[in-house]
Formats: sequence, C-alpha cells, structure tokens
Amino acid sequence: MTEAAAPNWPDDIYRALKGAGVRQVAHVPDAGHARLIKSCDADNDMQVVTLTTEEEGVAMLCGAHLGGERGVLLVQSSGVGNCINMLSLPQTCRMPFLMVVTMRGEYGEFNPWQNAMGLATEAVLEAMHVTCYRCDRPEDVGPTVANAARYTFEGGRPVAVLLSQRLIGAKAFVNE
Amino acid sequence: MTAPTIHRRPLVAKLLEGRDDRLLVITGLGTPTYDAAAAGDDPRTFFLWGAMGGATMMGLGLALAQPDKRVLVLAGDGEMLMAVGSLATVAMKRPANLAVVVLDNEHFGETGMQPTPTHAGVDLAGMAAAAGWARTMTARVDSDIPALVDAARNAPGPVFAVAKIMAEKLPFVLPPKDGAYLKDRFRQAVLGHV
Repeated sequence: MTEAAAPNWPDDIYRALKGAGVRQVAHVPDAGHARLIKSCDADNDMQVVTLTTEEEGVAMLCGAHLGGERGVLLVQSSGVGNCINMLSLPQTCRMPFLMVVTMRGEYGEFNPWQNAMGLATEAVLEAMHVTCYRCDRPEDVGPTVANAARYTFEGGRPVAVLLSQRLIGAKAFVNE
Repeated sequence: MTAPTIHRRPLVAKLLEGRDDRLLVITGLGTPTYDAAAAGDDPRTFFLWGAMGGATMMGLGLALAQPDKRVLVLAGDGEMLMAVGSLATVAMKRPANLAVVVLDNEHFGETGMQPTPTHAGVDLAGMAAAAGWARTMTARVDSDIPALVDAARNAPGPVFAVAKIMAEKLPFVLPPKDGAYLKDRFRQAVLGHV
C-alpha cells in the first residue's frame, strides 16, 4: 500500500459502527484493529471488552442482543477458528451477529503459521452460515461495514466483514 | 474432603424463588438447564442447549446491556471449566449486576459421569478470586445455602459462587429448545418487543 492511499478506513469503521448504534465492542486485539480499538476506548457510549479468546465475544454479543444492545466482535482471521462451535448460538437462535476480521495468511504474508487459518477463514464462516463481505479497497470499508450492520441487525443473519491483507498491508517483521 | 450433601434441584428452586422481573437467568447446557426448568419455566430464563463455555460471557453481555437488572448464570462445572478465560474477562469489566453460580457435581453428568478436574481438587472459586471477582464463595453443606442464595441474588458483583452438589442422576425436565423462540420470548418479556 502506498502512503498516498494510507486511508482513514479505521475511522470509517468507527463511524459506521456508531451509525449502527453499536454499544458493545468485544475484541482480541490485532494490529489492524489497533486504531479502531483506540477510538472505541475513547467513546463513553461504548463498552469495550478485551477477551481471552474469540468465542467469548460471540457469546457476549448474543447476551447483549438478549438485553437489547448491539455489538461488534473485532478479531484476526486466526481467531475465527476459535469461534466455530460458538457460532451455533446466533445461527440456532436467529440472532444478529457482526464481526470484523483482519486477514492474515494472504497477500504478502511473511509468517507461514498464519496461512492455514487465513486461507480457511471464509470457508469456515460460510460453513457456519455467516455471510462474508470482503474488502480490498479502503474506500469500500466504511460502506461495507455500514451495510453489514444493516444486514445483520435488520435481517437477523450473522455477517462478517473481512479486511484483506492487501487492504491492511502485510506485517513487516522488521525492528524499528 | 467430605462427600457433598447438597441436592441440586432444591438449591436451584431456592435460587429462583420469588423471582421478579428484575431477575434475568441464563442456564448452561446440560443439567443446569433441566434444574431451572424443574423450578418452573419463565420467559426471563434463557435455556442453553449447546454453545458450551458461553454461558458466563452471555451473562456479561446481558449484564452490560441491562445494568438495572440482576443477571444470574447457572452453570455446570464442565461448562465453567471450558470457560476459565472468561473469569479474567469478566473480572476486567467488574459488572456489579452479574452473578454466576456453578453447580459443581465434579462430573460430566450428561456423558457418563466422568470426573471433571474439580474432582481432582481444581478450585473454581479460588480461580475467580484470583482473577479479581468482587465476591467468591464455595457452599459445601446445606447450612451454606442461605448465604449463597443471598450473594447470588443481592450482593454487589461480580459474584462467583460454587455449590458442591451431589452427583445425582435426576429425571430430565426439558424446557423449550427452539433457540429463536427462547430468544424472542426473552426479549419480549424484557424489552417489550422481539
């Protein structure tokens, strides 16, 4: 990614989440989500919950839905694998469920340990009836998250936005 | 350690006795779901039939969404052992309105009564205390029950109470199992819309 294209897409996600009325933000941190997490932390109307493992967030957001609040789960692609059985919860209960996934194991990946789950992420989500919207271009991110939120909170079907490694930029693994 | 003498069904009935619309209940899969059904069906009880390891975190999301309500999670020891990480997650948020009661028979009751780690001495209440829950306790005899019920229903949370119960195989009492129905009736009762 060139500097000129260095985008404000994390801020676009934040605005889309605010526009959708999201109040609970569960995450296992990823570098790609760092700026968004910071924005959410600074927002007094958002409850930010740092998880020990990603499936906790699936259950938490289903509890939030029982209580009438909207939420989002922010994870890296490796964490999608941890969520598999817990995704039976929104599917079985026909609950809305929104996740935003930063992708690893694709375009420019340096660490081969990321490839297995990264390459399986979309198939795993679709096998668990989670609709996937993939973003490769910064200008698509905000509208995609806004429409994913609308799709799940109005339509009731789980949805994941996959932020591709081409969009985020591959992790550098160099000492600064 | 002496053998437990607490019976699970009267304990759960006591925990839910006199409930009003301020009490919201989530039951972990397996016998805790049947225990709560035996105590009486209620739209403000969300019965889990799966999603093992998710009960406590569902309770957290619900407690954050409904800070003026009391949220009570009834979990088995197997359910809780699968979710020990959530002891840390909940402790960080310190929800004052959340209580978790673990019905600890030290066995996987649904699958042939295999011993769980608590049978070997793993101390779930100790783990919650170390994580920083506001109130933790373990009830071992019937005379401990009133304090456990009071903590679960009233004490500032997050409360984590373990009840060492007998490893009884009791008749199934099965609540509705359609998740969409359980969700819709819960939201209708709590929010006034589905």
